[in-house]
Amino acid sequence: MTARNRETLSIAAAGERDVLITRRFDAPRRLVYDAHTKPELLRRWLCPPGWRLAVCEIDLRVGGSYRYVWQSDDGTSMGSGGVYQEIVAPEKIVASEKFDDAWYPGEAVTTHTFEERGGWTLLSLRIRYESEAARDGVIRSPMASGVAAGYDQLEEMLATDAAANANVSAP
Amino acid sequence: MPLSSMQRLDSTFAALADPTRRAILARLAGGEATVNELAEPFAMSQPAISKHLKVLERAGLVSRRRDAQRRPCRLEARPLAEATGWLESYRRFWEASYQNLDALLEQIKFEEKEKKAHKKKGGTR
Repeated sequence: MTARNRETLSIAAAGERDVLITRRFDAPRRLVYDAHTKPELLRRWLCPPGWRLAVCEIDLRVGGSYRYVWQSDDGTSMGSGGVYQEIVAPEKIVASEKFDDAWYPGEAVTTHTFEERGGWTLLSLRIRYESEAARDGVIRSPMASGVAAGYDQLEEMLATDAAANANVSAP
Repeated sequence: MPLSSMQRLDSTFAALADPTRRAILARLAGGEATVNELAEPFAMSQPAISKHLKVLERAGLVSRRRDAQRRPCRLEARPLAEATGWLESYRRFWEASYQNLDALLEQIKFEEKEKKAHKKKGGTR
């Protein structure tokens, strides 16, 4: 695989209680949407290194629920889940979100929006927290502005992972 | 995470939400200071600063010790590290996951192209 152009993840405060995460993907919207809604695909990407998405249950309809449980190599597990509130395939998914061990108070509401722009897809993930204080805790901490040193290391590690994965690509 | 530490995180975040309190923490990161010394750079009365200090103390971010007549405040790093540890892993979570997704999308696009090419070769069109 040729050197990939790594897209920048943007995390910023929006409105009073929201955090807005945006990211571009070099793929049509249909694929990015599928990757967010099909468990067999989600299992292949929704996990940082050292973790796997052990449980991924999706009942993709308004009022249906989803449940994710991640497991780390050292045996720690982390779960989250919620209920779908609005589904407009392949444009938009609104769902509640609650982590089992949430570090922010209350329940959040997430809105995934998929916009196609000339073969690319702009993904926006808006997370609405229960209070301004909860949101501000996420956005305004010293860490949110960037953990430069740690990220450089992480990027290097991921580039190695990606190269390794690329070698065992398409069957 | 046990409830008690979740509650502590709540109070940490609430304490960090105020700009004056963040400035006080930034000042204390440079070393201990008394309420008087802390009040100096702010256009605020000593009681107002004391009020902010109480919030920070309750959140466990600041402690005060008795030193003769002075009661200097000092930064307590642990709750801050606990809170930022979560935030850091949150951002990392998305960065890493989306990079996985990049790779997955590349692979699916490749597979779809192969399928199309295969169909063409098979004379289905």
